[in-house]
Amino acid sequence: MYVIVFSAVVACAAVTRSRTVGLTCLGTWALSALLTAQQAPAPPEGGRGRIGGAGIGAYPVRPPGDPAALERGTVAFKTNCAFCHGQDARGGDGGPSLLRSALVLADQNGELIGPVLEQGRGAMPKFAFKPDQVADLAVFLHAFRVAGYDVSRQKPPTILVGDAKAGQAYFNEACGACHSASGDLRGLASRITDERVLQQSWLMPGSMAGRGAPPPARPRPPTVAVTEPGQAPVTGTLNRIDDFVVSLTTAGGDYRSFRITPRTKVDVSDALAPHKDLLRKYTDADIHNVTAFLATLK
Amino acid sequence: MTMLRSAPRLVAVALVAAASALFAADGLDPAQILKPLGDAWPTYSGDYTSRRYSALTEINQTNVKRLGLAWTSRLAAGPGPAVPQPPPAFGPKPSETFVGGVGESDFVGATAVKGGVLAVNGVLYVTAPDNVWALDAQDGRELWHFYWRTRGGTHIGNRGAAMWGNYLFFVTPDDYLISIDARTGRERWHKEIAPFSQQYFLTSAPVVVGNHVMVGTGNDLDSAGYLQSFDPESGELQWKWYAVPMNPGDPGLATWKNLDAARNGGGHPWLPGSYDPETKLYIFGTGNPTPAYTSGARGEGLENLYTCAIVAVHVDTGKMAWYFQTSPHDTHDWDSAQTPILVDGTINGKPRKLVVTASRNGYYFTIDRLTGERLVTSKFSDTANWADGLNDKGQPKRIPAKDHHVGGALVSSNNSGATNWPPQAFSPDTGLLYVPSAEAYAMYYLTETDPRGAMGLGGKDEVGVATMGSYITAIDYKTGRTVWRHRFQTVAGNAGRAPGLLVTAGKLLFGGDISGNFFAMDPANGSLLWHARIGAVSNAPQTYRVGGRQHVLVAAGDTLYSFALYQ
Repeated sequence: MYVIVFSAVVACAAVTRSRTVGLTCLGTWALSALLTAQQAPAPPEGGRGRIGGAGIGAYPVRPPGDPAALERGTVAFKTNCAFCHGQDARGGDGGPSLLRSALVLADQNGELIGPVLEQGRGAMPKFAFKPDQVADLAVFLHAFRVAGYDVSRQKPPTILVGDAKAGQAYFNEACGACHSASGDLRGLASRITDERVLQQSWLMPGSMAGRGAPPPARPRPPTVAVTEPGQAPVTGTLNRIDDFVVSLTTAGGDYRSFRITPRTKVDVSDALAPHKDLLRKYTDADIHNVTAFLATLK
Repeated sequence: MTMLRSAPRLVAVALVAAASALFAADGLDPAQILKPLGDAWPTYSGDYTSRRYSALTEINQTNVKRLGLAWTSRLAAGPGPAVPQPPPAFGPKPSETFVGGVGESDFVGATAVKGGVLAVNGVLYVTAPDNVWALDAQDGRELWHFYWRTRGGTHIGNRGAAMWGNYLFFVTPDDYLISIDARTGRERWHKEIAPFSQQYFLTSAPVVVGNHVMVGTGNDLDSAGYLQSFDPESGELQWKWYAVPMNPGDPGLATWKNLDAARNGGGHPWLPGSYDPETKLYIFGTGNPTPAYTSGARGEGLENLYTCAIVAVHVDTGKMAWYFQTSPHDTHDWDSAQTPILVDGTINGKPRKLVVTASRNGYYFTIDRLTGERLVTSKFSDTANWADGLNDKGQPKRIPAKDHHVGGALVSSNNSGATNWPPQAFSPDTGLLYVPSAEAYAMYYLTETDPRGAMGLGGKDEVGVATMGSYITAIDYKTGRTVWRHRFQTVAGNAGRAPGLLVTAGKLLFGGDISGNFFAMDPANGSLLWHARIGAVSNAPQTYRVGGRQHVLVAAGDTLYSFALYQ
C-alpha cells in the first residue's frame, strides 16, 4: 500500500512539472481518478482481496515506473488509444477496458502489449509504435491500481436525495411515539454531521456506518429478567445470551450467569426492537425522506 | 513437472519409515468414495451425494448425553521452527514440516480450519490456507505437516484436500495445485492452474472421480471462472469448462452485452460439487457474475449465463449436460456456488433423481438431476426483499431498484447472504434439507456514478444495518416448505450462521452456533439434545469410525475437537 501511494506522488509530481500539464494531468480526470484510486484507504485486513494479518496486499504491487516514461506513455495513450479505450483505459464505446485485460495484467514491460499493437486485433487497427513507445505505454497502463475492491472515482456528492417535508410526516407517524424533533433529537444533525452516519444511526442505533466513519454511539443495551423456579426474578443489563446460558449485570454491578433450563424464564427487553420491526416496513423513499428531514435538525 | 523450491527444510529420516507402517498400503481407491458414508470420510462432503448423512449409529439420540471429548489437536501453521529440533532420546518422533512454495511470503493471519477433513485408513488429512497436516485419527497426534510458502493471493480459507491412492491434492491462494505423498507429507509436484497475474485465488477442495481430479477457481477481478480436471499421476490437464462464454459463437453469449463482458464475467465454481455415477455427471454451483454490483456493463436485464447456476458436466469430457440458473443477472455477489446435494426422492408419487440446494439469494430449489428441469422453488428467507416473485422458469425476479441507490437501498440479505458456503445436509430419514441460514439487512450505497461502473466488487458501499436472526432451517424437498426453523438465542448485533452441518442415522444433527457452542439436535424438530462450548466452530462437523469407536470431529479455528462416547 505504501508503495502505491509513493508511486502516485511520483506520478503527479512528474506530470505537473510538464509543459502539457493541462492536457495530461490536472485538466483531465483520468489522472486525478488515478490518484484518487491510489490514495484511497486500504480495505480491512483479511478476507477477500487481502493476504491478511501482515497488512500487505494479496497481490504484488508493480514497482513505480520511471516518471519520464509515465509522462511519455500518458501522452501516447491519450493521443492514440483513449479515443476507443477511454482516457483512463477503463474502456469506451469502441474498445474494452484495458485495466482488467488478461493480456495487460500478464504483461510486464510491453512484451505482450507490443505484438497486439503491431498486428492489430479484431476491430483494432495496427499501430506503428517503436519499442520504446510500447514500453512507455506499458508504464502508463501498469500505473493504475487494479484490485477486486475497485475504489470509486466519481462519487456522488451527497446521499441526501429525499424530501424533508415528506420525511417529517413519516417521522411523526412512525417514530413520534418514542422520539421528538424538539426533544431527544434536537440538534441531531449538528451532533452527527456525516449524512451517511446520520442515516445509519437512525435506522439502527449502534450500527456501523461503514469504513472511515466515526465509531457509532453505543445504544442502550437490552435488559433482561431471569426467573429460576421458586426464585425471585433477577434483572439487569444483558451481557450475552445463547441457547444455554444467559448472563447479566445487575444495577449493583454484579455479574450473574444462569444456565437456561426448560424451567428458566428469560424475558429480554430490547429498546431497539421497534427499529428492527420497522426494517420490514420502510420503502427506500421513506428512509431517504426521513434522513432528509433529520438532516434539518441542526 | 519441475520442482522449483520444494525440497523440505528438514530431512525426514526415521519418521518416514515409522509413519509408513501406520498407513494401509493401497491408500484410497476412488471406488471407495462411491459407497455410502460410513467408517471413512474419503472426500470433501464424505460421499458423492454430498448429503453429509452418515450411516454410523453408535452415537445416537439415546446416548448422545454421554458424548465427551476424546482428544484435541492444535495445529501450528507456518514453516516450523527456524532451527531444526534434535529428535528426542525417548518417545515418539516429532512431526516434521516440509516446506514448499515458489513465493517468499508467509500468511500470518489466524489459522482457521474452514473445510473438510479426510479420514482414510485411520489417518486424518486437514488443511488451512498453505498448510496440510496428517493426524492419527485415534488421538489427533500429528504425523507430518506440509507448508507452502506463498507469493500472495486471497487467503480467505481452504476447503480441504482430495485423495487418490496414496496421493493428496490441494490448492493454494497463489494458484497452485499441489500433490503430496500422503504417506510421507512430501511434495510430488505442483502446477500453476490459474494465472496469478489476473488475481485468481484457489480455495476449493478438489474432488476425485475415477482418474479425474477436479477443482474450480476463485477471483474478485472480473476474470472468467472455470472448472478443470487433472490427471492424478501427472497433473496434466484433461479438460476445462468455462462458466462464461469465451469465444464468438459460444452458447450463452447472447445473455451478455458483448464478448468482452462475457469473458470478464466471473461465475467461479469455488466449492466442490457432487457426482452421480449413473449418469457420470459432476454437478456443482457457479459464483456471481462480475462486475458484481455495477452490472450495466454486463447488459441490463440479460441473464449472464452460466453464472449463479447449478451446472452438470460429463466427468470424462467436461461438456455441459444441463444448467439451471438460480439468480439470473445477480447484482449482490450472491454466489450459487454452494455444494448441491443429490437425493433419490419422490415427487408427486413418482421416483425422481434430484438435486436440492438452498442458495445465497434466499431461495430453495429442487431440480431433476437427469434433465436440469426445475421442480420446486421456494423462498426460505423471511426477509429477502430483492426479488418480486418468480418468473415462468421458477427463478426469482430481481427488482432493479434493490440493487443499490445513491441514497442507499435497504436490502436483505446482506452480502453474506441467506446462506453461503457452509455445507447443507440432507437426511433420508426425515426427507429434510438442513440449511445454516441468517437474516440480515444492509444498506447498499451506489458510490460510482461513472456509467461504465466499477471493476470487481467495487462501485458500492454495503453498510450493515441489523441481523434479524441466525437459524437452522429445515426444508421439505418435495414442497420447498420450511418444516421447522431453529432461531439461535443471541444478543443484538451478532451476525453469521452455523458453519455447516452433519446428520446421522443415529438421528442426530450436529453443528456449531454463533456463540461458540457445538451442538446436537433432533433432525425431526430442531430440539437441542447436547452441546459443548468449544469456541467459534469454523467448519462442518464430520464423523468417522476408527478402532471400533465412532468419533465426531469438528474444528474451532486452529484446533480440532474429537468427541466420542465416554468409556
